[in-house]
Amino acid sequence: MADVDYKEIIHRCFRCGFCKLSYDYSSVGFNCPMYHRFRLETYSPSGLNWLIRAALIKNDIEWTEHLSEILYSCSTCGNCVETCRFEFGEHLVNNFIAVREEILETQRPVPKMIRKFFENVYLYGNAYREPREARGNWAQGLGIKEFEQGDEYLFYVGCVGSYDTCSQRAAKSLGKVMQKASVSFGILGEKEECDGNEVRLLGEQGLFEHQRDKNVELFREAGVKKIVTLSPHSYNAFKNHYAGEFEVFHYTQLLRDLIESGTLAISGKFEATVTYHDPCFLGRHNLEYDAPREVLNTIGGLNLVEMERNRKNAFCCGGGSANFYTGISAKGKDQASNARVREAYETGATILAVACPVCLLMLEDAVKTEGLDEQIQVKDISEIMMESLTN
Amino acid sequence: MGNDSVYNALVEIVGEDYASNQPEELYMYSVDSGTEGPRKVDYVAMPKTTEQVRDILLLANEHRVPITPMGANLTLNGLGLPVNGGIVLDMKRMDRIIELNKLSRYVVVEPGVTQGRLGTYIEKNCPELEHSRPEAPPMATVVGNIVIRGHGFLAVKYGNNASQINGMEVVLPTGEICKTGSFSVSQLPFSKGPLPDLSALFCGWNGTTGVITKLSLKLFPKRKTMDIVGYAVHDVELVPDLLWRITQTDMVDNLFVVGFVFGDSGESPQYVTVCFTGDIDEELEHKKAVFQKIAEEFDRAAPGKVEFLYPVTEMLTSRFIEKPPYVSPALAADFEHGGGYRYCGAILTVDKMPQAWRTGIELARKHGTNFLSGTQIMGYCHSVNFCFVYPFNRADEESMERVRRAMRDTNEAVLAMDGIPWKAEVEAQKLISRKMDPNSYNLIQRIKETLDPNGIMNPGNWSK
Ligand SMILES: Cc1cc2nc3c(=O)[nH]c(=O)nc-3n(C[C@H](O)[C@H](O)[C@H](O)COP(=O)(O)OP(=O)(O)OC[C@H]3O[C@@H](n4cnc5c(N)ncnc54)[C@H](O)[C@@H]3O)c2cc1C
Repeated sequence: MADVDYKEIIHRCFRCGFCKLSYDYSSVGFNCPMYHRFRLETYSPSGLNWLIRAALIKNDIEWTEHLSEILYSCSTCGNCVETCRFEFGEHLVNNFIAVREEILETQRPVPKMIRKFFENVYLYGNAYREPREARGNWAQGLGIKEFEQGDEYLFYVGCVGSYDTCSQRAAKSLGKVMQKASVSFGILGEKEECDGNEVRLLGEQGLFEHQRDKNVELFREAGVKKIVTLSPHSYNAFKNHYAGEFEVFHYTQLLRDLIESGTLAISGKFEATVTYHDPCFLGRHNLEYDAPREVLNTIGGLNLVEMERNRKNAFCCGGGSANFYTGISAKGKDQASNARVREAYETGATILAVACPVCLLMLEDAVKTEGLDEQIQVKDISEIMMESLTN
Repeated sequence: MGNDSVYNALVEIVGEDYASNQPEELYMYSVDSGTEGPRKVDYVAMPKTTEQVRDILLLANEHRVPITPMGANLTLNGLGLPVNGGIVLDMKRMDRIIELNKLSRYVVVEPGVTQGRLGTYIEKNCPELEHSRPEAPPMATVVGNIVIRGHGFLAVKYGNNASQINGMEVVLPTGEICKTGSFSVSQLPFSKGPLPDLSALFCGWNGTTGVITKLSLKLFPKRKTMDIVGYAVHDVELVPDLLWRITQTDMVDNLFVVGFVFGDSGESPQYVTVCFTGDIDEELEHKKAVFQKIAEEFDRAAPGKVEFLYPVTEMLTSRFIEKPPYVSPALAADFEHGGGYRYCGAILTVDKMPQAWRTGIELARKHGTNFLSGTQIMGYCHSVNFCFVYPFNRADEESMERVRRAMRDTNEAVLAMDGIPWKAEVEAQKLISRKMDPNSYNLIQRIKETLDPNGIMNPGNWSK
């Protein structure tokens, strides 16, 4: 739930447009992924503010399906929160979530794919309508065991890492790296449930609470104390929107700690120029910019170069807030992920490193549609780490 | 697609994603951040190429549909809004920076290039140069700014931005693609050349004479460091002389004056801000000493009236030195937690500043609004742009109406001071037109009719 009523502050938006840019006005391009994609004034944080006010407060226009599409094309990447010069700017993303809640509660038209997403999570515990029993299939043959009392970490994989074939690569590599480092961990396999991060962002607060309560109960029963997540989205949900009784780590934080303590010794090499793409839910939403870079920098032979838009100025892959599934904003050649891979390519890197299964699938697709697959490969940091351990 | 033939043709030209006749887009493009609008909008289109602009103009002629080019729509006076409906051409997809010529110091941009992006691009690719960047939010387009004869940080040295044009590519209202300046004779857009100044046909006309599709703009040397001194002037009558004295040093890069009256707090002093630059610290020290001496001279003549301020506040440092600045004049929109302000930028002679200040206070009292003024010195005090700023609360229609009334009175007062309202809204254009020499007014109309025989270019502008 938003801590401030959007109706009290939304008229303060001046539509000055800082929200469309990166904080440092990067010359590479607009930093709001929906504005980048659509370029009409409507598809921007300020556009949304004005439309919401016109439709829900002033009744100047009707709430339509098109308006819902605009609202749901926002990936909640948090760039506008970072760049808005006004004090109410910190509430922008929360406002959009609150409006999503309101339009769902008041039964206004909502894109079909959004409804389908909720239905899938509710009925199947995952976004993809895949059978629950298949959730742990990615781990077959890897010797990764189910979590049991006394294990130090629950490895929470999330829907994307569990079911998406591209993102499964990251889940597998991370599993192997943790095995190599002798981390005491287990997974929930078919018992694992959607973390609800996207559901919350999409405004289905009831379903989010349902998922949260189910997960908390499951974790408690299993005796979970520490959770390591593959996805920054799960990390965000557990860290900021669950009860706080579990210690939560994104896997890059765990790897950094293991390297620092000497538990994970990297003897091998990864000879490549690599650029790192900050995931929004690790970076802007949770201010973890260093751990992934520290991990990459410990790998011999790896030359880390930065894209112009990095850290708090990073450009979102466009997949957040379930856009990776709904495709509302993530469609066509003009979508954010395509621009992002071009930006990565221009650094001279041959590897685009990510630390998020959503970014992995979005950017991998974009590399193909941009015809750059010969020039640059997208790899999760877990994959790079695994390769460096075996090289 | 439906059977709206204009919409269908727009889709044909720019693609489905970049044309709209849906209520959401029509609403967004019918209002701006000031108090103008909502105005009727029938279509929105975002062209990507000059040829697409031409095709849209031909279409508009065929169907007699009005066209309004728009950059970021940040004039606050509704100049990017159609007066009589039709197609809004959002130019921001034409966003290429085509050339940066270091030796001849110019840059060629498309009309969607924003001030923020151009600044960063020059900084990255040629840090020795800069353009005269306005304080408008970084989304403001470079072309939108020259169309309204706007001004940037270097205005005190080089005048307004329209005087920094080398040449343009323009699509005329009847669809011909035309070039101005040396561009029209050679491939090199490096100078206005010894030619009739055709670029002037597109500056100050509020987009009613053609659609600019390329612009060559002058760049200037950028010194290595900058510093700021200020003066708090407790007698507004002293301001013109002080500004004259400061500009006489020929050492100023930016010169700005601010004053405000908020609620019952009384009048603030006039804060004169002087930005100056150098390549070595000693140069800055020397300049600072000169500016300090000026304060001492004024103090001897009028004790206690002119205070020298150094260092200046963090706010000023952020606004003028920090990159990117956190502090922007946009923040004035939140002074009343209301999301908006209007301002009348009055192009005045420098001696009128005290009168303008008193007028602003009077009108703010009369209409029950707060008041602040920001004055950009243009050229060596050749003129000033004295901005009468009135904040309002967008959630309170009454407060918006008060500001509309204050603006009306201000426009009249400015004309009575022999000044001219800048980027005048339609109502102010009428006031100016009525005061204008009739032959000058008729010449404007004849030029418009010649260029735009079907009257499709945002009709309603520059009429009586
Ligand atoms: C906070 C704030 C601070 C400001 N500070 C300054 C300042 O320091 N200096 C200054 O000069 N201004 C300032 N402004 C005013 C204004 O925002 C700027 O001048 C800005 O550059 C205008 O650009 P725009 O893209 O918003 O133009 P728009 O408002 O979109 O357009 C301006 C005019 O140009 C026409 N136009 C736009 N594109 C084209 C084209 N391609 N071809 C033909 N006509 C076209 C439009 O029809 C309209 O008449 C400020 C505004 C704000 C809100």
